[in-house]
Amino acid sequence: MNPKLTRRRFIKGVIASGAVATSTTIWYAANGQARPAGAVERMIRININGQMRSVDVAPQETLASTLRYKLGLTGTKLGCNRGECGACTVLVDDIPSYACSVLTHSVKNKRVESVEGLEAANGDLHPVQQAFVDELSPQCGYCTPGQVMSAVGLLRSNPNPTREEARQGMAGNICRCGSYDSYLNGVMRAAQIG
Amino acid sequence: MAYRLIGKDFVPPDVPGKVTGRIKYAEDYARDGMVYARLLTSPVPHGRVVAIDASEALAMDGVYGILTADDVYPDGEPQSTGLKVLTNEPTLMGEPILAVAARDEKTAENAIAAISLTIERLPFVLDPLDSLQEGGENAYNGGNTFIFRQGFAEEKWTADQVASFRSGNEPTAEAQQSWEYGDLEAGFAASDFVHETTFSTAGYPHMSMEPRSAMAYWENGKCYLHGTSQSLSAIAEPMAAIVGVPLEDFVFINEATGGGFGQRARAGSIPSMAIPAKLSQKINRPVMMRVTREEEFTIGGARQGLQGWVKVGFKRDGSMAAMDMYCVSDNGGKGGGGDANSAAAGVSALYQTEAMRFRNTSIGTNTGHRGAQRGPGENQIMAIMAPIMDKAAEELGLDRLEIRKLNAAQNGDVSGPRSTPFTSAYMPEALEQAATQFDWEGKKGRSRQTNGTKVRGLGIGQGYHNAGRSGMDGLIRLMPSGRLQIHNGVGNLGTYSYASTSRAAAEVLMMEWENCDVVTGRTDRHLPITSPQDGSNSIFTNTRTCFGAAQDLLAKMKEIAAMDLGGDPADYEIDGSRIYQIADNTAGMTYAEVAQRGMELGGKFTGEAELPEELNTLTALSVSRLAGTGLMGIFHDPRHNDNPPGFTVTFTEIELDKETGKFEILDMVTVAECGTVVHPQGLANQLRGGAVWGIGLSVLERHLYDPQNGLPASSGYWQSKIPTYLDTPAQIGTGWVDLPDPENPVGARGIGEPSMGAVSAALNAAISDALGGHLFDTAPVTTDMIINHIAGVSEEATPLAQNNFRG
Repeated sequence: MNPKLTRRRFIKGVIASGAVATSTTIWYAANGQARPAGAVERMIRININGQMRSVDVAPQETLASTLRYKLGLTGTKLGCNRGECGACTVLVDDIPSYACSVLTHSVKNKRVESVEGLEAANGDLHPVQQAFVDELSPQCGYCTPGQVMSAVGLLRSNPNPTREEARQGMAGNICRCGSYDSYLNGVMRAAQIG
Repeated sequence: MAYRLIGKDFVPPDVPGKVTGRIKYAEDYARDGMVYARLLTSPVPHGRVVAIDASEALAMDGVYGILTADDVYPDGEPQSTGLKVLTNEPTLMGEPILAVAARDEKTAENAIAAISLTIERLPFVLDPLDSLQEGGENAYNGGNTFIFRQGFAEEKWTADQVASFRSGNEPTAEAQQSWEYGDLEAGFAASDFVHETTFSTAGYPHMSMEPRSAMAYWENGKCYLHGTSQSLSAIAEPMAAIVGVPLEDFVFINEATGGGFGQRARAGSIPSMAIPAKLSQKINRPVMMRVTREEEFTIGGARQGLQGWVKVGFKRDGSMAAMDMYCVSDNGGKGGGGDANSAAAGVSALYQTEAMRFRNTSIGTNTGHRGAQRGPGENQIMAIMAPIMDKAAEELGLDRLEIRKLNAAQNGDVSGPRSTPFTSAYMPEALEQAATQFDWEGKKGRSRQTNGTKVRGLGIGQGYHNAGRSGMDGLIRLMPSGRLQIHNGVGNLGTYSYASTSRAAAEVLMMEWENCDVVTGRTDRHLPITSPQDGSNSIFTNTRTCFGAAQDLLAKMKEIAAMDLGGDPADYEIDGSRIYQIADNTAGMTYAEVAQRGMELGGKFTGEAELPEELNTLTALSVSRLAGTGLMGIFHDPRHNDNPPGFTVTFTEIELDKETGKFEILDMVTVAECGTVVHPQGLANQLRGGAVWGIGLSVLERHLYDPQNGLPASSGYWQSKIPTYLDTPAQIGTGWVDLPDPENPVGARGIGEPSMGAVSAALNAAISDALGGHLFDTAPVTTDMIINHIAGVSEEATPLAQNNFRG
């Protein structure tokens, strides 16, 4: 099992995160945060999908909220918004993390990758995405971006996992359609072609 | 028959969008000026709203409006079971009472906190048997049951009758519902082995990954609703009615659905989508209503729990001579569900029971909203029946596979109270194929073998569901570009049948799939009516409609060719891009040319005349809006004959640790008998996904309610025990019989639901086998139940109890 993927570590990251705030319309509307006063308002810059993005961040703002409602990166899904399902999984410095449970301030000096950042500039799919297409891994697709990101994180830390290692590494992502077997087929294929 | 597309894998057009995150679910949309709705939900499991004072909330800055049940139902709420849009008479903890729209969710929440809600707390009940007993509480205001066309009623048994049932005896009270066929008494008299027991199966939530968020806005008198459903077109008309807008002024937008499993098939099971629509109409702004996981648990539906009694008789040769079944069905807080009837019909279909009696009484409880969930009834009862089949085999000295073969449904067989014939049935072939793939002969000797604390168990399971409907419409257009537009209203919830059924049209016209477009995603793309994508019916139902529409188009193409090039339409053939004279293939037209010519001719060729009289309302509307835009194939599917079954067989081997009560699934193979295979990858996905659901039913999933306050304790994924990667095998073997069904033009039948039932049956049988044939007579069989049995500790839970903290 990849030790980086534990729930404990991920929760610890949330607790350790910082707190600052600023303002923009869409996110505040979606999340109902009062615009903070000027003294605490601050723009922070986050490396998202290889680009430095300036973004307003409230103290209690989660990374999932920032991605979806400020940056328009709606590929990151909210299945439970309580750290159970993994639909919102993104990579933070290559480590799969539940974006619903990571405070955005905690990632301001880190690299964040969401599903939108995986395709090559020429539109080629990432090997994991291509493998998931080839194996028809998704069913309803709602958990798929999270499954993709967990698989990418797994293969970066363990490029040639056994099927059992892949199973353990993907265990933080629930698929209610039960497409686990097909996702594992995708992970193993991606490891071959990656 | 050799097909070009049917039976071949392909990449459904939405898959790239799913792996890149580009495909949009309802909550991914936004509109300028959009405001946000939040819900005030019932704080009690049963109550009556006495007063709502929202004056303070409505005076708050940023609050735009409120929607209550009085707004939705100005003439009073319907006095029936079923989810309401909003209610003043909650019978379910968390049921939506009102919604507030505000500039953001926080403001909406603050406004809700400022609302003074006076609610009368009413008695509640969590177990149907508690309600049935004289003096027991009633879940609904008008009683504890709802009788069709009669209304609410009260059903009570004497304390002795309830106690006797709980003690394992046949219920003596008259049932609400019953049917019977054959000579039951003679069947039992002819039986050499008779098994009688009570049983229970738990209810549990659907828990689709996508909460049922919805967004709506109005523009030029039309309501645009972004929502979630199992069928775009089947839901359009009833949803428009719930919103209160004419069908022609209603646009339902639903590119992708994050899971359905039965609970998003009908508008009545997702009326909450009307909340943003009605709020938007009231305040004249787009409204987004994001639904939380907890809210999804509450209004997202649940499987019915069954408490029952069965008596089964087997003849010396192993044939099932008689089956007597009595169920008390848990109808939950909002009524709904016909699981018990389906369970009985499923037993009749799978085991070809010679004589059978079914009785059922449905009782409400103040627990989850019940409704169809993947294989409702059949999948629960198969988990109970499989170990009983094994018991019978053991008592009669038969092989477990052989007793199933002996009772298996074959061509010409019938089932159910009306002795309905199967359209085709190849269960013996499925059993044989699965046994070979699993190596039953090689492995069956490992049954009950021990190694230290570990013991092996083997199980065989069978699944069934009626898997096909008819009476729907097909609509396709050949465009002057030469491309084929296949309009399909089947929902996109992960089965890919919206695409795979469309391929039947391309098959008829011999077209390259690359030259075809599946037109779907929103109703203003003008879709034909489809059956709700439930009941495993889509493959059967919608290949019929797409095939029929393509045949209509082909006939029109031949007519045009004969008109322009001479001869009779029968003198023409197609090759996928041209229509040509069979005698002289240089005389012909391209598909693009014939489409152009059709548009010049108009009339019946372009949907402007001579339409099938029986077209459904939505299809007729779609055709009228598309008229003149292409050479059109239009088809109304007549009713088919008989029962198209979906059958599955699962073999599994487990290793159970007698110290911990836990087990590992060492091997699992599921084989489908669903007619011609249309889309192998999609079928394999359904089999694997169904296996995961079967494992959930068999050993994990449940409802938990606090008996003191009626609070749900399983509103999250972890508490309700959705299976994870680690609860399921790393690999699940799949296979299929692949023999065509005569009632479908490409030979196909459905499979989504039975894929689950065979696994729940096989796994419960394997656990029973590992424990020396012990029958738990319940589902799920949890770890503590196993370890208690091994330790010789009696069940701590009350017999037949459900919806409690057991397990």
